[in-house]
Amino acid sequence: MNLNSPPDQPLAGFIEPVHDAQRVFRTILDAMSHPGKIISLEDLPESPYPLHPVSTAICLSLVDHETPVWGDAEIAVSGQAMTHLKFHCGCPVTADPKEARTILISQPQDLRSFDQFCIGTDERPDLSAMVIVQVDSLVSGSGVKLTGPGIRGTRKLKVEGVGDTFWQSVIDNNKLFPRGVDLILTTPTALVCLPRSTEVGV
Amino acid sequence: MTEVNSEIAQRQNWMSLLARGDVEHFERTWSGIDLKPDYDVLRAADTGMVMVRGRAGGDGQRFNLGEMTVTRCSVRMRNGIIGHAYLAGRNKRQATLAAIFDAMLQAPGCLDTFKASLLDPIQDALAKKQSNTDRKVASTRVNFFTMVRGDD
Repeated sequence: MNLNSPPDQPLAGFIEPVHDAQRVFRTILDAMSHPGKIISLEDLPESPYPLHPVSTAICLSLVDHETPVWGDAEIAVSGQAMTHLKFHCGCPVTADPKEARTILISQPQDLRSFDQFCIGTDERPDLSAMVIVQVDSLVSGSGVKLTGPGIRGTRKLKVEGVGDTFWQSVIDNNKLFPRGVDLILTTPTALVCLPRSTEVGV
Repeated sequence: MTEVNSEIAQRQNWMSLLARGDVEHFERTWSGIDLKPDYDVLRAADTGMVMVRGRAGGDGQRFNLGEMTVTRCSVRMRNGIIGHAYLAGRNKRQATLAAIFDAMLQAPGCLDTFKASLLDPIQDALAKKQSNTDRKVASTRVNFFTMVRGDD
């Protein structure tokens, strides 16, 4: 974070826009193909509070004018986060969670369910939202049991910083298949993907 | 309110001049600055296309005239001021310098310092170019007269 920058102005984006965006895209692709696998990202761009550098990098790589962004209360209040994304991605910012294709959540303790977001339709499941949830830490090898496409056998994942209802809402999201949102959980330096196809056993 | 508007008009004026300036003139001005300010690149110079739209006669239906190549750049000086540049063509160095100058000119008192060395030469060059065109046009001017016939 750059302290010289006034709170309502955008920060610097990727240093090498093309290569950095491609590198981050490859990482997300890898993470999405292997649900529950924790992958760390390096050489991250400047990030406005309260976004994690990894969340910012994901947005700079994937978000554009066709994917309206919605942020939870803390992100919406910060102002700089949305200014930053509007400046670099050219994306619309919406106050209606159903309308958004990119959802940013910095306070997952308050999260009750994912069907408040756009979950697509049976004909067009691709119209659903991508939900980026910022968590405190990710640990593999313990915690909930994950199965489904991209996982040989089972994989275990422990997530800290989410509320009690979080895993139930992930299970409910999976039941909507082929509708439902795709989740990306981020810490400041790593990410893990939970696409709608992943089944969770608590 | 008027003060804000005149500030905006001033900035529009210098941004438009910087967009049409000459990169060698920019380089000369930049190398002539003793204490070069530090800056971070917010959005590195990149080249893209924008659709230019027009209206026949200024008030007809909008139509797409065609795409033009535009290079843009944004920088942030260490004092937090952000400068932007959008210019025709693909000269990234010129876009970067134009963005730096835009940020520098926004600092209080800087417009007076740089007006004579940076902006006036661009203005003069543009005026000269325009007067050349005007002269060429004027020399080939054809006047049409309608003969008034004795209709009565």
